[in-house]
Amino acid sequence: MAAKKSNGKTNLIGLRKREYRGGVTTLCAGCGHNSISNQIIAACYELNIVPEEIVKFSGIGCSSKSPAYFLNRSFGFNTLHGRMPSVATGASFGDTSLRAIAVSGDGDTSNIGLGQFKHVMRRNLKLVYIVENNGVYGLTKGQFSATAERGLKLKYQGENTYMPIDIIMEALSSDATFIARSFAGDAKQVKELLKAALTHEGLAILDIVSPCVTFNNRPESKHSYDWGKEHEQQLHDFSFVPKEEEIMIDGEFPEGSTRTITMHDGSTLVLKKLESDYDPGDRWNAMRVVEKSNQEGVLLTGLIHLNTRRASLAKMHNLPEDRPLNRMTERELRPAKKTLDALNAKMF
Amino acid sequence: MTIVKTKTQKTPVGVKRVVNDFSFTIATMNGSGSQTSNLLLLRALFKMGIPVSGKNLFPSNIQGLPTWYTIRVSKDGYIARRDETEIVVALNKDTFVEDLEKVVPGGAFYYADHLKFNIQRDDITMYPMPVLKLVKESGAPTALRDYVANMVYVGSLAGMMGIDMDKIKLALEFHFGGRQKPIDLNFGLIQAAAEWAVDNLEKQDPFYVEPMDATDGLILADGNTSAALGSIYGGVQFLSWYPITPASSLPEALIHNISDLRDDPETGEKNYAIIQAEDELAAIGMAVGAGWSGLRAITSTSGPGISLMTEFIGLAYFAEVPVVIWDVIRVGPSTGLPTRTSQGDLTMVNFLGHGDTQQIILLPGTANECFEFGWRAFDIAERHQTPVFVLSDLDLGMNQWMSEPFEYPDEPMDRGKIHWEGDMEKLQEKWGRYKDVDGDGIPYRTVIGNRHAASSWFARGTGHDEFAVYSEDSQVWEENMARLIRKYETARKSMPEPISENMRGAVIGILAFGSTAAAIDEARDYLKEAGIKTNSMRVRAIPFTAEVKQFLKKYDVVYVVELNRDGQMHQLLTLEYPEFAGKMVSLPKHDGMPLSASWVKEAVMAEEQK
Ligand SMILES: Cc1ncc(C[n+]2csc(CCOP(=O)(O)OP(=O)(O)O)c2C)c(N)n1
Ligand code: SF4
Ligand SMILES: [Mg+2]
Repeated sequence: MAAKKSNGKTNLIGLRKREYRGGVTTLCAGCGHNSISNQIIAACYELNIVPEEIVKFSGIGCSSKSPAYFLNRSFGFNTLHGRMPSVATGASFGDTSLRAIAVSGDGDTSNIGLGQFKHVMRRNLKLVYIVENNGVYGLTKGQFSATAERGLKLKYQGENTYMPIDIIMEALSSDATFIARSFAGDAKQVKELLKAALTHEGLAILDIVSPCVTFNNRPESKHSYDWGKEHEQQLHDFSFVPKEEEIMIDGEFPEGSTRTITMHDGSTLVLKKLESDYDPGDRWNAMRVVEKSNQEGVLLTGLIHLNTRRASLAKMHNLPEDRPLNRMTERELRPAKKTLDALNAKMF
Repeated sequence: MTIVKTKTQKTPVGVKRVVNDFSFTIATMNGSGSQTSNLLLLRALFKMGIPVSGKNLFPSNIQGLPTWYTIRVSKDGYIARRDETEIVVALNKDTFVEDLEKVVPGGAFYYADHLKFNIQRDDITMYPMPVLKLVKESGAPTALRDYVANMVYVGSLAGMMGIDMDKIKLALEFHFGGRQKPIDLNFGLIQAAAEWAVDNLEKQDPFYVEPMDATDGLILADGNTSAALGSIYGGVQFLSWYPITPASSLPEALIHNISDLRDDPETGEKNYAIIQAEDELAAIGMAVGAGWSGLRAITSTSGPGISLMTEFIGLAYFAEVPVVIWDVIRVGPSTGLPTRTSQGDLTMVNFLGHGDTQQIILLPGTANECFEFGWRAFDIAERHQTPVFVLSDLDLGMNQWMSEPFEYPDEPMDRGKIHWEGDMEKLQEKWGRYKDVDGDGIPYRTVIGNRHAASSWFARGTGHDEFAVYSEDSQVWEENMARLIRKYETARKSMPEPISENMRGAVIGILAFGSTAAAIDEARDYLKEAGIKTNSMRVRAIPFTAEVKQFLKKYDVVYVVELNRDGQMHQLLTLEYPEFAGKMVSLPKHDGMPLSASWVKEAVMAEEQK
């Protein structure tokens, strides 16, 4: 697409922001999922993505409903509870030039869908995989999910006596190639991480704490707005610089305090040092840091791990680059008649 | 080709030769490598022009449990399993005694002479084979000895029954893909065993084979390989699967064969993708995703896998996603008898899903038909935008069948109603994903990658209107479900038609499907000899076509023969045609074995005599 100049009302490809919107949300007012939808809209708009070149996927849950509330001009598939990854995997082969955004919930991913979650990481499907993590099942009215912290007390459910599953630790142990955590209350960071994820040539896991205002938003709950606001600790000041723009690093920070990472498409991730220097390429260190933050009760956010070297699923399959599989015709797909005689002979 | 000369046994005086009309069974242990030698015998007989069939009865085990392979030669062209066996080759000490009992009086019993059992039967001929001695003399390396030992019975049977050595050589060459070393080693032993047998054993049984020309132009193939090849000619683009007996050899054959037929010869690029999924939940999920994205997608499994796939099938039925599912049936419920054959998944698949569903089912009965339905299933799935099931079974899928050669698809690919950008441009009115524009219940679909701004839609399992927009409106729901029935009725008109075999003056019908055809054809001949004339119909698809109704209408009584406990085809026919319920008689059999003609004959006779 030839770069046009934005006139302020449209982005570089001449689309208005509303052309990235979806249907009117039916989620509760104040639900964290809505603010994530808004950041998806903003990120795609700002990245000048053609909506028809995105495919949306989701499982089942309040979170999984949300793809109906962004990117109306994109194809989407609201699949089954816990089994979005398999559908996204199969569909990805239809046209590998497209990008895909998937929304799942903590129940959808860490309870019923834990198996598919782990396997899609093994395969490194090119997919932005967002877990809208609220510690409960919103849609079925507030039961504990597997990410609920031990000791959490809910009105009708009593106390959770089990250990939680940490999405980030699961992703790290599976050696996923892009792993980030954020907080729906930190809109800017969510958007920047989404942009980075959208340029990643592989699976990008975004575990975003997304409070359920109806069933799990008491200040002492680790998935509430209050708790997030008080305990969020950013790993770095994270920003995404698209390939069209020059990287500007302001002079406040001393030498060596900023890391830059170049993505496949030429855009750059800028990670400014906050408390201490953090290298997202070091997976073992990432595990240690995340574990420590969990023990200290800190909501550690930012780009936790990135590996841009591993091939994506599509690349492993040696498909033609110039035309998508789903536009191929009989001429390409049905072997010629003469081959069948040889085949019959082979059958003995 | 060199003509290999080996002596064969002369007919003993006073014995009436039985030629090309008997069965022999090889009793071995699972994992002993006998499959190679059994297939050699089968193929050699086939190349001699003799109608032949082979049935492998194996346990759910990798090594050590007993397994039997029965080969039937039939000058009359009957290829169903028989309940009797005239000859047994005993190589398994654990089943020696029962194997000895199996031989019909007048038959023969070959056994490895190191299995020392002091039992004799004086109504059959006993032939000891010096297996260990011959193997040692063959000079086979120690590591290969157990494996090549099986060639001793190949040679002994060949010498004693008259199997052509050059046909055995052909079969060996085929099996080893022309690799000379194993061919020579094995063939040397076969020849030595044949000569030893002719020189040392005194032939007393009457069973011989002689060349015929009844297999000219036919092929030998198993249903799973046939299905895989058919799928390749159907333009399969996506396969996801999870291993399960008896389905695994279908995807494995596809993987084995697709590169040669489909990869770009210059770049090596592939126009398909294959994934071994983590389970059947994911296998079907991937196939549904691929089908939705516009690819010809397939998965294959057996009963336990089908049950795991159920929720996705409900979704694909309702969201209207084309996908092809092969169910190679084994005996259930649960793990059941995982290595035995059955037609027990019929009603489950017919109603598979939650709420109201009706699935399209194809029912192949021959290897050639597995090939045909392999490609045709994609056309039907894309035409009707719905899951299409192909129900095979262990017997059809895993055993070798004589079959007409595969035929090249006689119709161009039918990609169904699909709109690309150019089509969208030309539309006069607003396109709706679930709008029944043509009145046949089949809407027009678009797939990802379509850049037209009005082409996208949101697929979901929840209620939706004509424009794929979420809806809980009662009327919208009912209209949509009624349209799905309309679509099913449209499908009925183009389903593969049943195949009928008629006799003049028959007033009795036999209805069946799938792998039981051979047994039924044969049984009808026996029934005719007993004065009972029958016509038969082999149903090849659900929804049933008009011919099925006519068949039921025409006869005073229709026996519905099938391999399950509950008479599932009988149940479905009764539901569909309650007006004929009174004259349908269910004849189900569920012993895990391929059906035999004698059982069919007895079952029908018993009913007729009531
Ligand atoms: C197979 C299946 N089992 C159960 C359900 C019921 N169900 C719907 S949503 C849901 C939990 C969703 O929780 P989560 O993924 O955390 O999403 P949230 O609503 O919290 O955003 C459950 C159990 C279902 N739809 N499908
Ligand atoms: S119930 Fe909770 S998760 Fe669901 S929409 Fe409401 S606030 Fe969001
Ligand atoms: Mg949740």
